[in-house]
Amino acid sequence: MNNISGSIKDKSFLEILNKFKTGIGLLVLVIVLSFMSPYFLTIPNLLNVVRQVSIIAVISFGMTMVILTGGIDLSVGSMLAFSGAVAAGMMVNSGLNVFLAILIGLAAGTALGLFNGLAVAKAKLPAFIVTLAMMTVARGFTLIYTNGRPISGFDETFRFFGAGYLGRIPIPVVIMFILLIVIYILLKKTPFGRYIYAIGGNETATKLSGINTDKIKIAVYALNGFLAAVSGIILTSRLNSAQPMAGEGYELDAIAAVVLGGTSLSGGSGGVIGTIIGALIIAVLNNGLNLLNVSSFYQLVAKGAVILLAVFLDRKSQQQ
Amino acid sequence: MAKQKVLEMKNITKTFPGVKALDKVNFSLEKGEVHALLGENGAGKSTLMKVLNGIHKRDEGEIIVKGEPVEFENTKEAQNAGLAIIHQELELIPYLNVAENIFLGREERNGVFINYKKLYQQTEEVLDLLGVNIDPRAQIKDLNIGSQQMVEIAKAVSQDADILVMDEPTSSLTNQEIEILFELIERLKEQEIAIVYISHRLEEVFEICDRVTVLRDGQFVGEVKTSETNEDELIKMMVGRTIEDRFPEMNFAPADEILRVKNLSVPDQIVNASFSLKKGEILGIAGLMGSGRTELAKAIFGVFKEKTGEIFYRGNRLKINSPADAIDNGIYYLSEDRKEEGLILGLSVADNISISVLKTILNANTFIDSAAEKELAEKYIKDLNIKTPSEKQLVKNLSGGNQQKVVISKLLSTRPEVVIFDEPTRGIDVGAKREIYNLMQDLIDEGVAVILISSELPEILNLSNRILVMHEKEIMGELDAAEADQEAIMKLATGRRSQ
Repeated sequence: MNNISGSIKDKSFLEILNKFKTGIGLLVLVIVLSFMSPYFLTIPNLLNVVRQVSIIAVISFGMTMVILTGGIDLSVGSMLAFSGAVAAGMMVNSGLNVFLAILIGLAAGTALGLFNGLAVAKAKLPAFIVTLAMMTVARGFTLIYTNGRPISGFDETFRFFGAGYLGRIPIPVVIMFILLIVIYILLKKTPFGRYIYAIGGNETATKLSGINTDKIKIAVYALNGFLAAVSGIILTSRLNSAQPMAGEGYELDAIAAVVLGGTSLSGGSGGVIGTIIGALIIAVLNNGLNLLNVSSFYQLVAKGAVILLAVFLDRKSQQQ
Repeated sequence: MAKQKVLEMKNITKTFPGVKALDKVNFSLEKGEVHALLGENGAGKSTLMKVLNGIHKRDEGEIIVKGEPVEFENTKEAQNAGLAIIHQELELIPYLNVAENIFLGREERNGVFINYKKLYQQTEEVLDLLGVNIDPRAQIKDLNIGSQQMVEIAKAVSQDADILVMDEPTSSLTNQEIEILFELIERLKEQEIAIVYISHRLEEVFEICDRVTVLRDGQFVGEVKTSETNEDELIKMMVGRTIEDRFPEMNFAPADEILRVKNLSVPDQIVNASFSLKKGEILGIAGLMGSGRTELAKAIFGVFKEKTGEIFYRGNRLKINSPADAIDNGIYYLSEDRKEEGLILGLSVADNISISVLKTILNANTFIDSAAEKELAEKYIKDLNIKTPSEKQLVKNLSGGNQQKVVISKLLSTRPEVVIFDEPTRGIDVGAKREIYNLMQDLIDEGVAVILISSELPEILNLSNRILVMHEKEIMGELDAAEADQEAIMKLATGRRSQ
């Protein structure tokens, strides 16, 4: 008997270790970097890192939900650019009030996401194809709308969202934290969240349990479009201009953060806490290598290597 | 006349963390015999076979194949020694043809190209040897499961396997396909191939097996000749206690009609089905695989978008366009395919039990009330005797019978008035079967109307009070269960009308 209870204890310790492995990875990275660069572990630098991470993080929260259902969304970067451009155009060209312009920008991103959702859930097209098409289409819309030129010259109040502070904390970080908490609760505490996991685990069984799975999937893609739009507004505000090519390649950073955070690409398991840690690992790595004066060319290699290593270790631990 | 032993496993012990999966198990196999390996789920049958073919390392014991002690490191080595396993899930490549699958990786070549002429010739030779009539050029995806299984067996034989392990080979075959498989097994015996036959269906064991080894809780219970035993004795060996009867004595109390189906048709699935269902009765639906039993159930459950005909529920016409509509109205369908359509394997027992009623256990109308959810799960774990360490355990870690009880709990949690059970006891052990039968009695006692779809005729005959028989998407006739027998059902199921 003793033997058995002993092995159960060991198992639960390993399970805990396994559960927090991404967090432990981040911690190790932070400790190593703080020894290598004296500037790394200072408040201004850390705030800088979290501000940098906030835009990708917000997108990757939406991406987490999409991937949890077993889907993927390649169009987030383009939806981000389109929403930012629409909000900017509404302020600068149409002379709308800042908040109204933001609302229209958010609606634009949500509408594109809704279209993705309808195409995936109702027309039963593969998410990869639908969102690949949306990636080009939304980028095209953005270039058409902006004539290929940046839009700038905003009201000072608009600057608040990207460059403002709450005490010492940058506003993008505040927005990111609020969204993190809201989505965490959504996923863990509401039926909607439970259904997201269920669909990713087994869509047929979920449907036969009386859940309107199409509705849930459409909502997830729409929500993802909304979150891409939130990032678009923050980025436009921070840069003080809407760039037609903004957010290019962000979809891959978001997917990387989700995967690093331990969410399964086939859906059904994972969550946003892992994702934020995954996003932070990438950001801390970039920041640390910058501080150590490593060329950005090498940083790309390092980023790829870390993603590969993390997923490899994850697979290993799951096999055991 | 002691025949030559091709396989001997002696005192095999295998321990997993916290569990002794096999405890000094013996198993032996003679040339040209079919030897059944019986036991409830979790008895150690699969573990024993995995130890045999090198997937698991044994802790103790020895394995002797054709006189030589062996220590297989992997399945490849086992294969080279003449051992082949035909799994429940077939492992063929759907978009290659029969010949390409059989000789995959061993094709005769002309330089870099495959010598197709030789390939088809060799394939025909193997298929002829086994008396199997399948076109070597047919793509696997176009074959039915029975034929695919033949191809898998042909592949093993072509690799000179002389020990074949068949794991639940008949679980997804029609009766006709089963007959063909049994003929094939006879021919394999003539080729002096020895077969380990794993099955839950005792009738089959008596039909084709020479000897039986029974395992229980990882222990060797005994080895008997099929000619010297009977079903009751085997069941007793498997469960370790006497089960009075395989089936309980059912008490039906048919009352008011609750469901009436009129001229229900689904393109390519169901033709003009009409029947009625009363509270407190169990209506059996028999028929061969593919006769439309499952499709009829799914049509009532709202799975098919395109359908014609009418469904009356409690006297009113009811439109059911989705499973959600059906469940809202108190109709629940338990799928025959528990892994693909019943469970969400990566979620916990509690998550699976509560999913259909999640919206009724909310705090502030928004958040899942986790205390209520836990209570719900614990109630069913207790009521249905689900063996799980806790309600948080992932469903994929439970045995088949307990998984089935989780799906049934999900169904019961909605308090349904009409329950359609589709093959509710497939692949689960005798003890759990009996518990599910008792549960059906409880349901009809409460006035629930039950539809039971099953391929096992004894089950249909003993548990229902009326029986519908389907053939080729149509209801062929209705039988009174008290007067019907297997023959009467089979007559209708094969398309011969009773009149």
